[in-house]
Amino acid sequence: MKFIIKIIKDLPAYLWSGWGAIASIFLFIAFWDLGNQLYGNLVLPSPKETFSTLFTMLYAGTVWGDMILTITRAIYGFSISLLVGSFLGLISGLFLTASMMSRPIVTILVGMPPIAWIVLAMIWFGMSDMTVIFTVIVASFPIIFVGALQGTRTIEGELKEMADSFNLPFHMKLFDVYFPHIFSYIFPAWVSALGMSWKIVVMAELLSANDGIGAALAIARSQLDTPTALALVVIMIGTLLLIEYLILEPVKREVELWRD
Amino acid sequence: MERLEELVVKNVSHSFGFDDILKDINFKLEKGKVLSIVGPSGGGKTTLLHLCAHLLDLEEGQIQNNFKSSSYAFQEARLLPWKNVIDNISLGLKAKGIKREEREKEARKIALEFGLDKDDFEKFPKDLSGGMKQRVSFARAMVTKPSLLFLDEPFSALDIGLKKELQMMLIKTIEKENLSVLFITHDLMEAIKLSDEVLLLKAEPVGHIVKTFTYTLPQILRDDEFVYDQTAKLLLNRTIIETFELELK
Repeated sequence: MKFIIKIIKDLPAYLWSGWGAIASIFLFIAFWDLGNQLYGNLVLPSPKETFSTLFTMLYAGTVWGDMILTITRAIYGFSISLLVGSFLGLISGLFLTASMMSRPIVTILVGMPPIAWIVLAMIWFGMSDMTVIFTVIVASFPIIFVGALQGTRTIEGELKEMADSFNLPFHMKLFDVYFPHIFSYIFPAWVSALGMSWKIVVMAELLSANDGIGAALAIARSQLDTPTALALVVIMIGTLLLIEYLILEPVKREVELWRD
Repeated sequence: MERLEELVVKNVSHSFGFDDILKDINFKLEKGKVLSIVGPSGGGKTTLLHLCAHLLDLEEGQIQNNFKSSSYAFQEARLLPWKNVIDNISLGLKAKGIKREEREKEARKIALEFGLDKDDFEKFPKDLSGGMKQRVSFARAMVTKPSLLFLDEPFSALDIGLKKELQMMLIKTIEKENLSVLFITHDLMEAIKLSDEVLLLKAEPVGHIVKTFTYTLPQILRDDEFVYDQTAKLLLNRTIIETFELELK
């Protein structure tokens, strides 16, 4: 509770520091406009046209359904990865054999391109929600698994000994010694897995679904409707930026205050 | 009748796998006394201390610890990096189930005694210097008011000024609170300054105690001259030379 209050208290200062970020985004938009002037509307619509298409789409309301659907799929896949990946990672970290055995499997999972998973998932599950969710799970699972595994494996024997010397009861060892350490590894893994999920969900939808942002993107492409395609890209990036900088970053700053 | 507080070590031997580390160690530490175990690095001193503090399982022999409470100060500070100074110091109190307000009050008090500033209280270990970390570590060990203190070369990484300061604080606490200390070090002068009894642990072939020296002068009266004299005497001793493998050329 104290923690949440502190995050909220530090939020204005944090938001104020966002001016630099906004300036750099505007610079990016300026270059975008330059590209439009050089290559014309079909290749790269101007930011103005893109944003007005975006607002029309948001106003008309059809895109909201797609957004919610995509977010739901991403959250389903990510949550399953989060729970299963964290749990299995922590358990494997406790046993040397398990962590040694899981290494090559993780390498395979990380090395396998998501597009290959999408093809397999389409064969297995057809054009359904399951295909998309499955792809999200397999793509984000290894990231979380490795984070959790490293978290448990790297707990220092010295701190364990210190905890023993003060006769810390089990719950204190867990909450005061093990969890903060593991969390410092697992939390960044969650963040990168979430970013990964968001990218993968759109890709999977584009190839294997009839609805969602990805599918809308596929339709825009087939109709050569570049402004709509760009507006959809803006939605995807905007959502990611909002999640990352309004939710994850403030939390991360507070939980990792003690780090160098 | 209240039981006598003492630590008795009888015929203790220990090995890691096929490596014999300690053989037939015997000693007794009484209430209010300081006992040092001196020997070269790698001689099994830390193992012996770990055995006494129950950080390692005893294999052979007996260790009887009747002290009411004990705490341990390590060679490195071993602070929890995600806790600030006050939370680190009050860790032992928290383990005893003392309420937050009270344990923070105690921690603040002892932190000031150990030369930490109010400004440091909220700092994390990453923002502390090595000496400050060791102060925190010492404060953490002392705040529980242990009746027996295990010291694992806690002064060895400190500069001379801080070393003297912490040693003086220790000596005062020994006088005031009748604290008992089991102290391991490779520094003879440190041992002579602080101890009532010095045990010499020889590493070869297996860690064993070769000699015991006793000092009766109260620690508070031991000045530099006393320490130098006694150290010089010890260094003439054949056993010491052999134990530390000193070549006096």
